[in-house]
Amino acid sequence: MLEVRDLHAYYGKSHILQGVDMHIDAGEVVSLLGRNGVGRSTTVKAIMGEVPPQGSIWFKGADIAGLPSYRIAHLGLGYVPEHRDIFPGLTVRQNLMLGIKDPRRAGKWRLEDMLEMFPNLAARADTAAGVLSGGEKQMLTICRTLMGDPELVMIDEPTEGLAPLIVQQVGDLIAEIARRGVAILLVEQKLSIAMRISHRLYVMGHGRIVFEGTPAELKANAAVRQEWLEV
Amino acid sequence: MAGQTLIPAGDFRTSYAADTTVFPTKTSRNAMIAGIALICFAPHVLNEYSLSLLIQIGIFGIAALGLNIVVGFTGQISIGHAAFFGFGAFTSAYLSNRFAIPVFFCVPLAGVVTAAVGLIFGLPAARLKGLYLAIATLAAQYILLDFFARAEWFTGGSVPASAEPFSIFGYSLRGDKKYFYVVLAYVVVCYLLVTNLMRSRDGRALVAVRDHYLSAEIMGINLTKYRTLSFGLAAFFAGVGGALYAHYNQVVSNEGFGIERSIIFLAMIIIGGLGSIMGTLMGTAFMVLLPESMEWLSVALRDSPIDRFLGLKNNIAFLREMAIGVIIIVFLVFEPDGLAHRWRQIKTYWKLYPFSH
Repeated sequence: MLEVRDLHAYYGKSHILQGVDMHIDAGEVVSLLGRNGVGRSTTVKAIMGEVPPQGSIWFKGADIAGLPSYRIAHLGLGYVPEHRDIFPGLTVRQNLMLGIKDPRRAGKWRLEDMLEMFPNLAARADTAAGVLSGGEKQMLTICRTLMGDPELVMIDEPTEGLAPLIVQQVGDLIAEIARRGVAILLVEQKLSIAMRISHRLYVMGHGRIVFEGTPAELKANAAVRQEWLEV
Repeated sequence: MAGQTLIPAGDFRTSYAADTTVFPTKTSRNAMIAGIALICFAPHVLNEYSLSLLIQIGIFGIAALGLNIVVGFTGQISIGHAAFFGFGAFTSAYLSNRFAIPVFFCVPLAGVVTAAVGLIFGLPAARLKGLYLAIATLAAQYILLDFFARAEWFTGGSVPASAEPFSIFGYSLRGDKKYFYVVLAYVVVCYLLVTNLMRSRDGRALVAVRDHYLSAEIMGINLTKYRTLSFGLAAFFAGVGGALYAHYNQVVSNEGFGIERSIIFLAMIIIGGLGSIMGTLMGTAFMVLLPESMEWLSVALRDSPIDRFLGLKNNIAFLREMAIGVIIIVFLVFEPDGLAHRWRQIKTYWKLYPFSH
């Protein structure tokens, strides 16, 4: 479904992505692991068109490299950015409605489902989203993206800075997304979540993919973990 | 507890439609209708002078509403709004003189033509932000002013262009008493239009662009489209306001559309409340009435014991100008969220009276 070949990206003169190759099939849950600063977020941003990409990115058979972000979003590629950028001036419900791409088509996710799944959001459906807690904002950003009925969601560090109980909830939500057949590209630092829900893992180092395999294979491979993941 | 049901107490909204309704309660709707009905009697009660103030508030209120769309709701900046206001005024006068189109149609037409011009000048907004955008809109202001001065076929150059009086079905609405109703009708229609716009998908998209443009884009919102659109909308209302202004004065001269007028428009929406529709009208009323009330004060002060004691004499005029500035500054310090916010607080206070905590 998503096929990335020889992806390069630069911030000014710094060569951040130095030829990333990866692919995600329909309905697959894939995690992108690695230490800070190896280019995981940049990879996702480059795919989404927020950072100018060089190389080829194929999504559902179309080359999306260089398209504006909003066009990519309309093709069915969802992106949950790292910083929980909800729209503080709109209510929770309006935030969710904004995610809907095509109001005439009923997608996999309905507004009522979302509110049912997250009683916290339901209780605040009509309050301005700016007053939500960090965990609630994270849920809202994920739910908002799902409202657009994406076929692949890229989620960047969803559990960063959240309380353990909320981390659990985020984990459950991601599992639910996968259960409904939506492919996921998860950028994570917490190995435990990634190991639990992923079908496949990529490990990044110095702007390249240095390991690809199943969670079991990564568990068995102490050398990769030591060199690229553990601190 | 079986069989017991809870009786809803308070203002409950159980659906999205209920939550975004224009009037949250029946009372508020009836109050609004009653208010509009009441103000319909204004021409019979008020003198010409008060009436002309109300007309000004209405006309500038429509134009300021446009500016609030672009600044308050979409989070862009424009310091060239007065030029669009002027463009609307000249366009309406030109259309009615040159093509003998009835004024009734000229006003909305002027809005549409001005919107087209606004879209063109809004194009830089898709690429510029913050101070850079401010400078670009400032350029729009001067380009249009220069155009007014040079395009004699359009504006009459140094000779003020004349504008036909407003008429419907051959019945001319000349004079403040009749023109008041024209402005009132336009105010009601424009404010309802924008209120409804903001409840729609496009309205939400505009607010999303303001709140977080990067997130808005990854949600599939075309930033270029909505930023440009907001300028088009702003220009539309500026154009309608300008056209009403033209047919009110029945002459359009090159003056009064300068940058100081643009700044006053900005002051109106900042004082009224950025991103508040009714606040726009409150802010406009404030900015129209403030200089007038200062004028009354200075007249009252003249030859009073205070004047004689301090020996102010002609300095009263300067004091008046300074007082206007000071009041605006003080207002912004103590009411940074605008009149709309204060009004909400007053309403909340009285809602629970006398059991307020």
